[in-house]
Amino acid sequence: MHEVKYIRPKSLADAVQTYRTTPGCRPLAGGTDLMAMLHARTVRPQPLAVLDLWSLAELKGVRRVRDTVEIGAAESYTGIIGSKDVQQHLAALAAAARTIGAAQIQNRGTLGGNLANASPAGDTLPVLLAYDAVVVTDRRAIPIDKFFVGYRKTALQADELITAVRFPIGRQVAFRKVGTRAAQAISKVVMAVSRDPARIAIGSVAEVPLRARRAEAALDRGDVEGAIAAVADDIRPIDDVRSTAAYRRSVTQNILRELL
Amino acid sequence: MRFTLNGRTVSLDVVGTRRLLDVLREDLGATGTKEGCGEGECGACSVLIDGEVVDSCLVAVGQVEGRDVVTVEGLALQDGKLSRLQQAFIEHGAAQCGICTPGMLLAAHVLLEQSRRLTADDVREGLAGNLCRCTGYTKIIDAVLSCTK
Repeated sequence: MHEVKYIRPKSLADAVQTYRTTPGCRPLAGGTDLMAMLHARTVRPQPLAVLDLWSLAELKGVRRVRDTVEIGAAESYTGIIGSKDVQQHLAALAAAARTIGAAQIQNRGTLGGNLANASPAGDTLPVLLAYDAVVVTDRRAIPIDKFFVGYRKTALQADELITAVRFPIGRQVAFRKVGTRAAQAISKVVMAVSRDPARIAIGSVAEVPLRARRAEAALDRGDVEGAIAAVADDIRPIDDVRSTAAYRRSVTQNILRELL
Repeated sequence: MRFTLNGRTVSLDVVGTRRLLDVLREDLGATGTKEGCGEGECGACSVLIDGEVVDSCLVAVGQVEGRDVVTVEGLALQDGKLSRLQQAFIEHGAAQCGICTPGMLLAAHVLLEQSRRLTADDVREGLAGNLCRCTGYTKIIDAVLSCTK
């Protein structure tokens, strides 16, 4: 990977301009996914350059903006966990952030990275879906339920940078992750649930982090048992190294019951 | 590029996408930092950047421009004497093969900087990102706890 060029923009405006005009450029934040992939040469296509967004002040911090909490795309999970606004208004996000890796990863991992990487197992992604978060980019605001369009594919255009994530406040969301251990685990199933409005968002059970629409419809009617039955048909789990489809289906129903 | 390594300014001409781990070991001879998994799972390559513990295999060296990096070589006191934590690892037999030891020391160092009132569970959680392949966790936890008193 030594031939991959390193670019450090001076400002967000500089980053946006550079990203538009540099072919084969890949944004880099805390590196918890991308650096491992670059080293293993599993990034496709192999980038010619990385654009380092980690130190840009415009992408850091947690701010209260009217009836929303806005989190910079390159703010670390440690910063998110420590934020009073997050603790007060987005408790499920803090809970999810605490399950990610351990100190080393929480000090470097970011919401922007989790979104751009768009892994179906991304631990914060069901939480974003349950809060109806909005992904803010250099040019527009994308509702989170329009963001994941396929396996590791997002609605972002080729030259579009995530700058922040905006969360409406005033919603109660519950979170649960099932992995092999409390720390350093990639999820077998990860879920975030809101009762009002009905949001049931699940990761590691399909090619994208998804909302269980049939289960949500049942929950909207106040039919908790119906939601637990329907969720098994909403998900599309597979057998892989971490778990089996049958186990994921059964655990999904169990933790939905627990969260409801 | 420039950064501070264990209190000394270093200037280097390197490709910014190289891993901090490799530049520390290959260019700067700071071989106390070990490579374990190379993908952010094991914590063997832990270093401190501006006082926060990170996996140096996941950091592009360009990202430490102007920052303060501490490796295990920087934990000893000015006069070369081992720190209380390092001494406690020796006294408790908290190292077997030793590969995880530098990372364990740095993660535990941060933990003790944050609070001196730690329970065994706090230490387990604080060191959750550092795997010991010899599974000698009990003695490591005992060594860290001995520094809280």
